[in-house]
Amino acid sequence: MEIPYTVAERPDTGLNNGKIGIWLFLASEVMLFGALFASYLMMRIGAAVWPRGDSILNVPLATVNTVVLISSSVTMVMAWASLQRGSFARFRLFMGITILCGFGFLTIKYIEYSTKFHHHLFPSKSTFLAIYFTLTGLHGLHVIGGMVVNAYLWGPGAKLWKTDPEHFTNRVENAGLFWHFVDLVWIFLFPILYLL
Amino acid sequence: MGHHYTPEEIDRQVRTYILVFITLLALTMVTVTVSRFHLPVREAVAVALLVASIKAGLVASYFMHLISERKLIILVLVHTVVFFLAVLLLPLWTHWDAIHV
Repeated sequence: MEIPYTVAERPDTGLNNGKIGIWLFLASEVMLFGALFASYLMMRIGAAVWPRGDSILNVPLATVNTVVLISSSVTMVMAWASLQRGSFARFRLFMGITILCGFGFLTIKYIEYSTKFHHHLFPSKSTFLAIYFTLTGLHGLHVIGGMVVNAYLWGPGAKLWKTDPEHFTNRVENAGLFWHFVDLVWIFLFPILYLL
Repeated sequence: MGHHYTPEEIDRQVRTYILVFITLLALTMVTVTVSRFHLPVREAVAVALLVASIKAGLVASYFMHLISERKLIILVLVHTVVFFLAVLLLPLWTHWDAIHV
């Protein structure tokens, strides 16, 4: 049975199902991270002393990671724009770069984490480290999730381009919305955890 | 969103994406540079959140196309922002209340 409104817009909402679905999902994600930001706030204002992030964390590495993630957001939207222009080869190129940026981000995160563990800085060590690992860990899981979807669309999922290009373009757009959300969360995590 | 763009429209959008990208990089450098001044906590938080909000606004408006999105999506997001702010402000409220008891 074919799923309706994967391409055509529903007459009641003016949107296809995928679009409304991903935005509702992202709304729930905002609340998930919102709860954790609120926890951070509660612990920070309730603490007698709170360390500046740059006294414990590696700001240059995190700055590079910010640039990597922002770059991946641009390549993601360029991948979608390439499909709008009918250029599958350019889509492959930009989506490939997006996936590589995801790997780059996770590699830098791995370096940061392993340095912390090497110095016995575990989540149990302090409230700051507990919330740092929780927030960046959850964010890292989202990066992995986005990369899995992007890799599927770059690889086996790209078959759909030949049979139903508009449907495939919609899928890339929705995957892009999730990827930009991941970037958006990092835009706030970076100053809150590393710079303040 | 949800319709076909002409090649000219796509070209225009791509130029906008590149412009937004450069702005995001510049704002990232602003955040890092300002943090080196070691401003008092209130000012530092205000500047960091202001710059982060501008960056988030650019990503949401242009990369996520919210600037041209349907009203239903905007409505969903307005509700989300209201509840998000409530979740953030509740801990602050309890904190201030505890101080003034």
